[in-house]
Amino acid sequence: MRIAILGFGSVGRGVARVVQEKGLGITVTGLADSRSGIMDPDGIDLQAAMDRKERTGVCGDRSVAPLDVVDGAEYDALVEVSPTRIDDGEPAITHIVHALSRGKHVVTSNKGPIALAHRRLHALAKSRGVQLRYEATVCGAIPVLHVLQHDLLGNQVKALHGVMNGTCNFILTRMEDEGLTYDQALAEAREMGYAEADPTYDVKGIDAALKLVILANTIWDLGITLDEIDITGIDLITPEAIKLACDRDTTIRLIAEAIPEKGLLRVSPRIIPRGTHLLVEGTLNAVTLHTDLAGELTFIGTGAGSVETASAVIGDLLYLGEHHAGAH
Amino acid sequence: MRVSMKLEMKDTPGQLVSVLTPISECGGNIIAVIHQRDPDSDSGVLDVQIVLDLPEGRLDDLVGQIKRRGVTITRIGKERLFLQRSLLMIGHIMHTDISDTVDQIDRTGFAEVSELSLVMPAINERSSARITLKTATAADMNSAVALLRKVSEKKDILIVEPLEECG
Repeated sequence: MRIAILGFGSVGRGVARVVQEKGLGITVTGLADSRSGIMDPDGIDLQAAMDRKERTGVCGDRSVAPLDVVDGAEYDALVEVSPTRIDDGEPAITHIVHALSRGKHVVTSNKGPIALAHRRLHALAKSRGVQLRYEATVCGAIPVLHVLQHDLLGNQVKALHGVMNGTCNFILTRMEDEGLTYDQALAEAREMGYAEADPTYDVKGIDAALKLVILANTIWDLGITLDEIDITGIDLITPEAIKLACDRDTTIRLIAEAIPEKGLLRVSPRIIPRGTHLLVEGTLNAVTLHTDLAGELTFIGTGAGSVETASAVIGDLLYLGEHHAGAH
Repeated sequence: MRVSMKLEMKDTPGQLVSVLTPISECGGNIIAVIHQRDPDSDSGVLDVQIVLDLPEGRLDDLVGQIKRRGVTITRIGKERLFLQRSLLMIGHIMHTDISDTVDQIDRTGFAEVSELSLVMPAINERSSARITLKTATAADMNSAVALLRKVSEKKDILIVEPLEECG
């Protein structure tokens, strides 16, 4: 299978590293970051591209635009792994539209296009007879979308709850374990590389809400956007409040919750009892699905990280290779 | 108000109905009727336990009506509010008049604040509290929590609710 990788940050390099080390029958014929691109139908030298990125800050030729790679490279699937932009989802939406229009499969880790334009992109993929897969957008390495779309066929999902942001979970865990203030725990998360310089997107619950939008639209086809989620972040939580919760054998976690029959779509800090499966420590993610046949299922795993997120991308690619080979 | 009554009545047709009628006349809602008929007993007396929701202030009236029908009430238990839920509050809880916050819940008639633990780490810093609400029914609890959220929003206090759905 030939792929073009759009975006050469943490996830893009993770995918390149896995392809380089494991092969898996994947050849990278196109590669671009925000400022450069490179194409080679025989396969790009990934090590050279990674070295170049390290040395010069760009992975390819500055005269080749990312969209040139989308439109010109010879590939079966576009891997769109550029950073999420929640205001308009661009330039990723344009990349995906162009690839689907060319009759190419798309695999993405970018939450913007899926949260903002899922129905439109899905319809376009369908009309061109290709697939749009986005396992890596939700809870990193946990294959929750695959489970929902394939393994739970015949089930009706009644509700879902999740710990979907590793940064928030790390901060709350540290506040609980060490009695740190929010600011101290955030500073520690930054030091460990778990939080961005501007942590707003994570700590205000926006990242978790985007994942909830994607899951809710995938499961129930609700066609909702971020505006319809009731969002409260963790930045006002105090160590005293966590202590008061702990006194009752409970603690606080940022929980994303969807119960369509009650019209409930919410991301908020919640009190949860010890022993709840959803209660995970550190940067872990967890998702609980409440289904009519299978009952309650909880999945726990790594929610972020270069190779972990690449695992979800690679899984989507190999699924396509197995089930939808022979795209145009 | 939820009331549990133990009644002793003649084991003859129509006796139970004669008790149930005044309950509905008093605006009561029957939650459960438990017969305790001893198969070996030939005393001709039937023990019945009834659990009901009754509007405030109607209990004396109901007791009078039941007695007038020749039924003996052997025990009355008033468990007015038996559902509990603890929530956390974070903000300037004292300076936004905590007694007003509590009053607004207590004044509803269907909910009460039964516990409040307050921690104030330093002057001018936000304080944290655990507040426990009591109500008779789940619907009342949801209304009480909604009211607390509304009051707290006006006072810029963050409410952290328990996750009820997850096992």
